[in-house]
This record gives sequence, C-alpha cells and structure tokens, in this order.
Amino acid sequence: MPFYVSPEQLMKDRADFARKGIARGRSVVAVQYADGILFASENPSQALHKVSEIYDRIAFAAVGRYNEFENLRIAGVRLADMRGYAYDRRDVTGRGLANAYAQTLGTIFSSGGEKPYEVEIFVGEIGDAPEEDQIFRLTYDGQVADVHQYAVMGGAADSVSAYLKERYAAGASLEGALRLAVGALGHTDAEDRVIPVRDLEVAVLDRTRTRPRKFLRLMPSRLETLLGGRGPEVASPPAPGDTDPGAASSGVRVDNPADPTDQTSGHIAPLEDPVTGEPPVAPPDAGSDGGRPL
Amino acid sequence: MTDPRLPAAYLRPGVSSFADFVSDQAPDLLPGRRAVPQGNAGDLAPHGTTIVAATFAGGVVLAGDRRATMGNIIAQRDIEKVFPADEFSAVGIAGTAGLAIEMVRLFQTELEHYEKIEGTTLSFDGKANRLAALIRGNLGMAMQGLAVVPLFVGYDLKAGHGRIFSYDVTGGRYEEYGFHSVGSGSLFARGALKKLYREDLSEADCVMTVVQALYDAADDDSATGGPDVARRIFPVVQVITAEGGHRLPDAEVADVADRMIAARMSAPNGPRAELPGVSTSSTTERP
Repeated sequence: MPFYVSPEQLMKDRADFARKGIARGRSVVAVQYADGILFASENPSQALHKVSEIYDRIAFAAVGRYNEFENLRIAGVRLADMRGYAYDRRDVTGRGLANAYAQTLGTIFSSGGEKPYEVEIFVGEIGDAPEEDQIFRLTYDGQVADVHQYAVMGGAADSVSAYLKERYAAGASLEGALRLAVGALGHTDAEDRVIPVRDLEVAVLDRTRTRPRKFLRLMPSRLETLLGGRGPEVASPPAPGDTDPGAASSGVRVDNPADPTDQTSGHIAPLEDPVTGEPPVAPPDAGSDGGRPL
Repeated sequence: MTDPRLPAAYLRPGVSSFADFVSDQAPDLLPGRRAVPQGNAGDLAPHGTTIVAATFAGGVVLAGDRRATMGNIIAQRDIEKVFPADEFSAVGIAGTAGLAIEMVRLFQTELEHYEKIEGTTLSFDGKANRLAALIRGNLGMAMQGLAVVPLFVGYDLKAGHGRIFSYDVTGGRYEEYGFHSVGSGSLFARGALKKLYREDLSEADCVMTVVQALYDAADDDSATGGPDVARRIFPVVQVITAEGGHRLPDAEVADVADRMIAARMSAPNGPRAELPGVSTSSTTERP
C-alpha cells in the first residue's frame, strides 16, 4: 500500500539527516585578514585535510563526511585545472566553482533516489585587495551564500560564531587572525580551551606570496611561533565525527563466524560454513546414484 | 532534462594524472592528438634550438638561447624556451616551438594537479617519467617533422643534488651526469661544455659556463641565437637549488654576457682548456 509523504516532510527529513551528520564533526572557521583569508580547524589527523588548495587564489574547506567532501574537492581541482589549461590561469574563478558545487549538491539533495551529501563547504578566493576577497558558503542542499569577515560551519557553529562576532576586527594581522580563529574554535559556553598546536589544521590564502599559488599551510612549528604563550594546552575529547574508525579496524582480534566482514579468520577453513562448521555440500556424484552398469 | 551537476567523471576517485583525465574528457586539448596530413610539416612551424644544462655543487643550471627559426628565416628573436615545471624542476625545449610550449603547459599542470590531489609532490624520477609519457604521446607528430625534444632538470630533494634528464622523440628517458645539451646547436655547445665543465664549479661559474657554451653554439650553428647586444636580448637562465628554482634577472644575465663578450674581444674562441703537460702560458697564441 503506497504511503503519501508530503514534499515538505520529505525535504525536512532529508535536511535533518544532513544537518545531523554535519553537526557531528568539528567546526571550521574562515577569517578575513589584511593579507587574505585564514582557515582553521581542530583536526587531529595529519593526513586527512579539511582545508585544501584548489587553484592559485582559491581554497576549499569542508566539514561533514570525509569521502563526500573529498570527492567534491577532487572534482573542484579537476574543474579548475581543466579551465586553467583550456583558457588561462586568470579565468579560473571562485564563483564558477561555487556554482558547480551548488548545482551538484542541489541536484543530489532534491533527487529522491540518492542520499543527500552530509557536507558543508567554504570556497574562498582572494583578490588583489581585501575588498575583492570572497568567501562562498555552500550548504548540503546547494544553497550559496556570500559571507563576509568571518564564517563558521560544522560542530558547535553557534557558540564559535558568537565568539567571533564579539571580537572580530577588520584588517587584522596574520597573528591576530590566527589567535582569534583558534580562540573561537576552543570556545564553548562552558569554557575556553587552549587547543594543542599539533591538533590544529591552519592554512591561508596570502596575497603577499610572490608565487602565483597563494595557498599556504601553516606547519606546527610556525603555529608555535605565532601562538606562543597561550597557557596549558588541553586536548579535546574524541568526537564521533573525527575520522571514525570502521568496525574492521577496531582492535577486536576475535573471529566472529557470523560476520563475514571481520578481518580475523578463525580455525574454520574458508570453505566450511562459518556458523555450523559443516563442510560445503558436494554436488551429487554422477556415479553414486546409478552405479549400475548400463 | 540535463543533469546540471558536475559530470560523473569529475567526481570519480582514483585518477591523479591531469593528462590522463584530459585524454578521457577533452582529448582535443592534448598536443599530440591532432591529425596531421601525410608529409613533412617540419618547415611550416618555428623551431626552437639550443638548450644547455649543467650541475654544480648545490644544484643545477638550465639555459636556452632566444632564437626560433623557420627554415632560413628567423621566426622570433626573443622566444623563451626555458620554463619552470614546478618549484624544484625546470624544462627546456628544442623542436617545434608551438607543440613544445603546449606540452610544457600540460606538464606544469600535470605536476601541480598531482600535488593538489595527492597532497604530496611526485618523486623526481616520477616527474621525469611523466614527461616521457607526454613525449611518447607526440610520436605521430614527430614522425611528420614536428618533434619535441626537451631537457628536464631539477633539484632532487631526496638525493640532495641536481639532476638532468634528456629524451628522444619516442619518449626514451636518459639520465645525464654533469652537463648536457639538446637542439640544433647542441653538438657545439656540448663540445664547449666538455672543455669548460668542472665538477666543483660554483653557481656563478656554472652560469658563466652555460652562457659560454651557448655562445659557442651560436658561433657555429645559424639556428642558435647569440647574445643580441644591440637589443639587449640575452639567454634565459634558470637556477635550481635546494631552496627552489628562480630565473636569473635579465640584468644579471646581461652582466655575465657582457663580461664574456669583453673577454672574447681578445680571445674570440673563448676560454682555453689546459692540456696535460703543457702550461697555459706556453700554448701558442693565434697570430
């Protein structure tokens, strides 16, 4: 018997689903400063990045499901490199990229058959002067917003955003912007935590760089110098949205015969039934039923 | 209704080579993919000529003259044939200029694309092999006279010294030690380098050596341009060390070239190499 679900309810359910996934992760902050845009996030993983380079003046930051935003990032790099190769490096714009992402996210969100992406994205682009800098914020349903000064997504975005709103000043130095962003990431309603330097992922689009590629990751040693004297560091409790280890790599090393995906093989030979231990049933021998000579 | 989202190929993981992606998605953009009618097209397009490279203790120097020729015509007198490929490598091109410059752009994008997708740079040998693959893709054109033969140099951060790779039109890749040269004037340049090159050259001496070699190439090869003192056009010189690569400012190259020309006013054949058992002063002066 077919059920009727109103379109409003359907969209609301999908939006709730996506929003829940995004809120599980940790926040990413983008802050405009005098020389460009700074992106910061608390990310204990050194290998899986939330902030990355797309093109000369364009950077990408995301929260949510890693595999989904990684796909979008790679697509962005391909789109930008393809356009830059076919036309010219100056013809690659953040707006074009944000549009492509918006169309993709929007189509997936409203198509009934697919799971909506649980991601939120910043596309940052710097110009020759601070007034030309742009940050686009894209949500899971393909909406694009042009944000100014600062922006926060994922995790406890509201409290981080409130902290930034109170303290943000235009035209800050790199050090000022970094201190503000990192302070905001450690801020909750209950306490202000000092995030350890090794857990920070920070990158900037810096228009003062002489190379055409303006993206620069700030390494822990550099962060240490810029952030010195913040008091004792407090590592955060593990959050469920961090690189969530799958069941297969949990430390369990006991064979569960009923689970065909576990990584440990027990004493039961592979061809035997893992639950009963029975050997596989052999097909009936052609000679057995009719042993009689013809 | 057409699907407005990014094409599925863009979202497919796994391919980190830009050239492979382009050959799949927009093959027309690749330099080697065009159909050229039978016959030799070599004289129709400008040719770049001589490129020289030499290593020194802290890195490697790559230099190219500024002439492009079309048969007996000088097509361009200030062409640039030496390009940075990425921060620690550079490529100099001899052969059909149009295809070669396009191939360099593809190679530059290829290295940058890999770096962005994988989050790490290719190994130096990996870069050299990718360039070999691009040249191999151009074999059809090379058979019709539109060959591209680059010289690839860079500082290998892992090995800790400068390296030079030469190529043939089929994509063959050969590591060269000390110095090498490609292009129409390469025979003369290599002869000069043989006599001038020392393993313990300083960076400045290495730059002087390659500029001397280019002069010797221009001296005997009509397709290689010598320093143009009237227009102040001098070779492009790229220096790559552990700190990265940079193109020597024109003023600096002009200064090197001026000193070399001044010395050649009294010794037109350039510096003399020592002969074993014969002291330099006793070699007979030319009348």
